[in-house]
Amino acid sequence: MNETDLHFFIDSTVNYFEEITGEQAITGIPYLKGREPVVLDYSGIIGISGKRKGCIYITTTKEMLKNIAAIILDDNEATVETVKDLTGEIANTISGNVREAYGSSFMISVPVVIEGRAKDIRLPEEVQAFVIPITWKEFKSYLVVCLE
Amino acid sequence: MQDEIKSEANMQGKVKILIVDDSMTIRQAIEKNLKEFQVEVVGTAGDGKTALELFKNEDPDVVTLDITMPELDGITVLEEMMKIKRDVKVMVITALKDKATGLRAIQLGAKSYLVKPFTSEKLKTAFSRMMGLN
Repeated sequence: MNETDLHFFIDSTVNYFEEITGEQAITGIPYLKGREPVVLDYSGIIGISGKRKGCIYITTTKEMLKNIAAIILDDNEATVETVKDLTGEIANTISGNVREAYGSSFMISVPVVIEGRAKDIRLPEEVQAFVIPITWKEFKSYLVVCLE
Repeated sequence: MQDEIKSEANMQGKVKILIVDDSMTIRQAIEKNLKEFQVEVVGTAGDGKTALELFKNEDPDVVTLDITMPELDGITVLEEMMKIKRDVKVMVITALKDKATGLRAIQLGAKSYLVKPFTSEKLKTAFSRMMGLN
């Protein structure tokens, strides 16, 4: 993975928030994921196969998801089911949009959503994983990209 | 009773629509945004297999169709739908932003291809255009 790859994911993430909410997300400087867990309330994981292999996940807080759900559905009382579903959908959209750069050989899986602050999300050990910090409004989340 | 309601809706000239997406949030957003059009939602599905069953049973005029889904992907579902009802209007709504997938969907018979994330305005504009309303 190189800097150009990271830019594709940063652009896709920024575009998601801007398009859905009208407010830009700010991405921090990406860093190599170490042993420390990067897990917030809900995490949406997408497996990647085809020409590139690995996985991508976004991990975020319930409050941020409730805010986005309120924008999408005009509903300020998003259920747990909705915020879980939305986590998977955000992961799917960010991953699917980068096919503009990688083409259709960049195959994405349906999302798997993990609820709760698990110890960590297991990634392929032989591949470097990068963490992209995201701030939207006052909310923090992280996109973790682990690609061969 | 349900059938009576559906029949009444169709007599009022409503378009029968099937909404297919593995995200419940997206299904709800599409339904909410298309409310202002003369549509009757005859079914919603979260996977390709259920979508095809509903398609055969409910005979919709319009389908909004995701691509990345469990059971059967949207491209396969689109191919099957076209074999059953060639004049159905299918709007693909997907996160897959590559040109090849868009072209494939259009070649198979989709009338519209909308890339996620979408705003209410973009969805309504694309739907209007597909239905020939503007």
